[in-house]
Parts: sequence; structure tokens; C-alpha cells
Amino acid sequence: MKSKLEKLKGTCIGIAGCGGLGSNCAMALARAGVGTLVIADFDTVTLENLDRQYYFREQVGQKKVLALQENIKKVNPDIAVQAHDVRLGPDEVVDIFKNCQVIIEAFDRADMKLMIIEIVTECFPDKFIIAGSGLAGYGENNALRTRRLGNLFICGDETSEVSPELPPLAPRVGVVAALQANQALEIIMDDLEPAVGADVWDE
Amino acid sequence: MTKGKIMKINLNNKEVSMAGESFSVSELLNLMHFTFPMIVVKINNRLVKKEDYERVFIGDGDNVEAIHLISGG
Repeated sequence: MKSKLEKLKGTCIGIAGCGGLGSNCAMALARAGVGTLVIADFDTVTLENLDRQYYFREQVGQKKVLALQENIKKVNPDIAVQAHDVRLGPDEVVDIFKNCQVIIEAFDRADMKLMIIEIVTECFPDKFIIAGSGLAGYGENNALRTRRLGNLFICGDETSEVSPELPPLAPRVGVVAALQANQALEIIMDDLEPAVGADVWDE
Repeated sequence: MTKGKIMKINLNNKEVSMAGESFSVSELLNLMHFTFPMIVVKINNRLVKKEDYERVFIGDGDNVEAIHLISGG
């Protein structure tokens, strides 16, 4: 186990989005001892974010990537954090996460989730991507799960969409973020082999 | 679609029989009531990009995986 944990120090994990999924996943990976975290988001911490995101009152108004970097460093100053204050599109994803072994999808919008899954599968067929899908509301513990499709893992219940009636709440968001972090650890510590031929369809 | 022909595919680990010889990804998603706008579609483990749903066809024996992407993060 010790040598497996040792592997984490030499590992670089990318986190696309620093909201509910991204901030909580980053903190879990930091506490577990992942050596390098590459975090990216364009947004600013608001008071409303504090119901589920890993930020504090005094950080309201700060850029999320800088606030998250600060929180990671408070837990473990030895972790290298690359913070990118940027709105991610396909080109930025390729550029920013090219040195990461595993990429965590932590966006809010479904179209952004599909965007990063498509670009990572196309440009980095040997990298693993771990996405979150379906985490709104409360309860239904056992509906939250992980499915593997080639080098893509999807964590969540795949059905609960965020809406005014079904807001994202800390416990379920935190569970899905932890599922993503836990899957990343398994990939690294057990040296999971990337699936062969799990790239993008073409003629 | 040809009359009388039956194709069998594996959709999300379940065998599904359909009347016809092949369907585009768009047709299959409609037939199978995948309703959310964002879906990860893999045919024989290869990802089909959303822009290719009309021109990529699924035929007998294909293994198809389709998972909804739900907003929220």
C-alpha cells in the first residue's frame, strides 16, 4: 500500500471546472497526496456557491482557481498546483491538460461535459477521463454509481437534472466528487490499462 | 430500412431486436427514447461525436452504449 500511495506523488491530475464537483474532488485528491493538480475555471466564488463548493466566506469575490489553490496549499503545501483562470474550450483543454494522466470533468453544463469527453477521447485516446452525470437533489444513496466505457468513467445517477425544484446539494455533489476522486486513485494506484481502440469513430 | 429484415444489437448490455438492416445513431436514439439533449454514444467502444449522429450507422451485431449527460456540477 505504501508504494502505491507513493505513486500518487508522481501523478498529475487535471480538473476541468472548480464548482461543486471540481472543488471537492480537488480537495480529496490533495488530501490523498496526488503530487500535481491542474485546475481550470473562469468563475468567481459567490455566497450562493458555499452551499456545496469547497470555499469559505472570506473567499467570496475571489477567482475560484486562486481560492482553491489556496485551500489545497493550506492542507498540503507540497502539492504543486497549476491554476488556470480560463474559460475552457476544446483548444484550451488540449493545451492545459496535455501532461495529466487522468482528467476529471467537473463542469456544470451537459454540453460542456460532452465537449470535453469528445475532445479528450479524440486527442488523448490513452488518457482516462472521469465525468459526473446526475447528482441533483438528496437521498437515493445507492443510485450513485460509476460506469466504465473504454477510457471514460461516468459517476452519478445519470438521471437527476439540476432544476429550481431539484437543486444540487452538498451531500450528493460531494459523493459524486468523491466517486470521481476514488476512481482516479484506482486508475493510478492499480495501473489500470487504457482500453485499446476506444477512440473516436471515423470512416 | 428494408422490410422483413431483423437486426439484433446490444444496447447498454441488453439485446434488442429491431425491424430493419441499419439505423443512424439519430434514428436509434429517437426509437429508444433517449430524451436528454446530451448523450455519450459509443459503438463497439468507439465514441460517435454528436456532429456524426446522422452519418454513422448501426447494424446487426453492433454493441451500442448510450448514456445521458445530465447538467449539474
